[in-house]
Amino acid sequence: MGAELGKYKSVVSARSTDKELLKYAQDGGIVSQLFAFALDEGIIDGAIVAASKEFAAKNPSKVIIDSTNFDMIEPWRPIPAIVSTKAELLAAAGTKYNICPNVALLKEATRSFGLDKIGIVGTPCQMQAVRKAQLYPIGMRDVGASIALAVGIFCMENFPYQGILQLVEDHAAMKLESVKKMEIGKGKFWVYGKRGQVVQLPLKATHKYEQPGCHVCLDYVSNLGDISTGSVGSPDGWSTVFVRSKIGDSVWAKAMAAGVFETQPMEKVKPGLELVSKLANEKITKNRATLEARKTFGVGKALRNPYI
Amino acid sequence: MADKISLGYTHLSGCTGCTVALADNYAGLLTLLDKYVDLKYMPTLADARHVQKVDVSFVEGSVCINDKLAVEELKETREKSTIVVALGGCACYGNITRFSRGGQQNQPGHEAFLPIGDLIKVDVYIPGCAPTPQMIRNVAVMAYLLLKGTKEQKDLATAFLKPLMTMAQGCEACSCDIMTTVINQGLCMGCGTCAASCPVNAITMEYGKPQLERDLCIKCGACVAQCPRSWFSFDVVENYEAINEAIMAALQ
Repeated sequence: MGAELGKYKSVVSARSTDKELLKYAQDGGIVSQLFAFALDEGIIDGAIVAASKEFAAKNPSKVIIDSTNFDMIEPWRPIPAIVSTKAELLAAAGTKYNICPNVALLKEATRSFGLDKIGIVGTPCQMQAVRKAQLYPIGMRDVGASIALAVGIFCMENFPYQGILQLVEDHAAMKLESVKKMEIGKGKFWVYGKRGQVVQLPLKATHKYEQPGCHVCLDYVSNLGDISTGSVGSPDGWSTVFVRSKIGDSVWAKAMAAGVFETQPMEKVKPGLELVSKLANEKITKNRATLEARKTFGVGKALRNPYI
Repeated sequence: MADKISLGYTHLSGCTGCTVALADNYAGLLTLLDKYVDLKYMPTLADARHVQKVDVSFVEGSVCINDKLAVEELKETREKSTIVVALGGCACYGNITRFSRGGQQNQPGHEAFLPIGDLIKVDVYIPGCAPTPQMIRNVAVMAYLLLKGTKEQKDLATAFLKPLMTMAQGCEACSCDIMTTVINQGLCMGCGTCAASCPVNAITMEYGKPQLERDLCIKCGACVAQCPRSWFSFDVVENYEAINEAIMAALQ
């Protein structure tokens, strides 16, 4: 295990000790609990998260909706939102499995939302965007120093909304509005209905709906988050947590001292870090091959490589 | 101080917004001037206004080719500077002056404006309208390290500045660059950075992808320059913590 997991100070398997919070969370409730704790402690004064239409309807001042017709927003379409209380946080919790442009709110968070200390959760590419914005703040005036906690999530690939629509309504034959939860795990894509029905799809069926831009990504475990987390590597109901930066280390230490998480050493849990490492290598190897193939994509003509 | 770098500021067809952005570093600007930079000439902020021999020149504004004085000043800037930095959208790409067709008092004959890179070689580009105080600060610190730093600092500064050296080549600095260089190339992953960077809200995110309102775009180049899929250097960005700390420490 090496570079594929990025730089990190520590890694553990963890879950929130808040039973109520866990009811809303995807796995161990790490992101929700971290932000809830950081809000309580004043480490952040708001967090950019992926919310939904229901959330936007109840909290119109917490989102920016560009669509002219609110009624046209479909179920499971993520809407970036700024939450500043635990109730709002829980109302937005859970993984949406389609693209939520959280970084789009990053500057506005410091403007009309008035945040000085921003929390943001995002995929590895969004963490890359956040760090590039801090080092090269070309269009991000007075934003970089306001980012107080960036939590990255593990990500193999993402789907456009229409991809999820296709998977759920066509392949799984369920209406999106009747879906309670979606999940990728144990090599399958799971769709849980509100009435208790469960449909599983082989991951193979999902590949053609992946967002093409994901296929050049070389980061599985959010190497650039202050803290990064995902279910892979930990038992059901737990999450694997990498603590990466000085900020991450400080927030995690405070959270542990406050007892908001219970943890198990990574070496003691199954399937453990080996699986994280294996999947990270799979993603990186596959996408390096894509980047390589782009070099000779045409006849003597290449597709552009974003990495320099 | 002997080991300061000398800096000049040539002001062409720009609105002084870039100057204001530089000044908006507040105490940071004073620290820069105290420790690292000897400001040789600059309209607005210094007594001397005419181009002199310097290590680094910032050029604000595009160049009006109907204005003999502007063209001469730009050429003189190039001749007398080791590094020329195109500061802001106008100098980099023309920006709002791309829409000029002349006919304005009191110089109705001034109608043709070009990005400075069309007349001289530019070493570093800082796009955006206005460029951000933090970006100007970061480039200033890196330029100092490049010219006066240790071997290690020079390498870091070179790696940091490298993407800013090639930025404007083959680029229209229009929001359509997001289409042509990112989306059309199959690289967009819908993070929303372009929408956040746009100073005129010409970009919104629809179904996780940028929707460009081209009539609003002022061609400042911020969106495509800020996009993590336009260019991204692992070597630099993976060390974001250390670099941010070094820049902040330099300004203490």
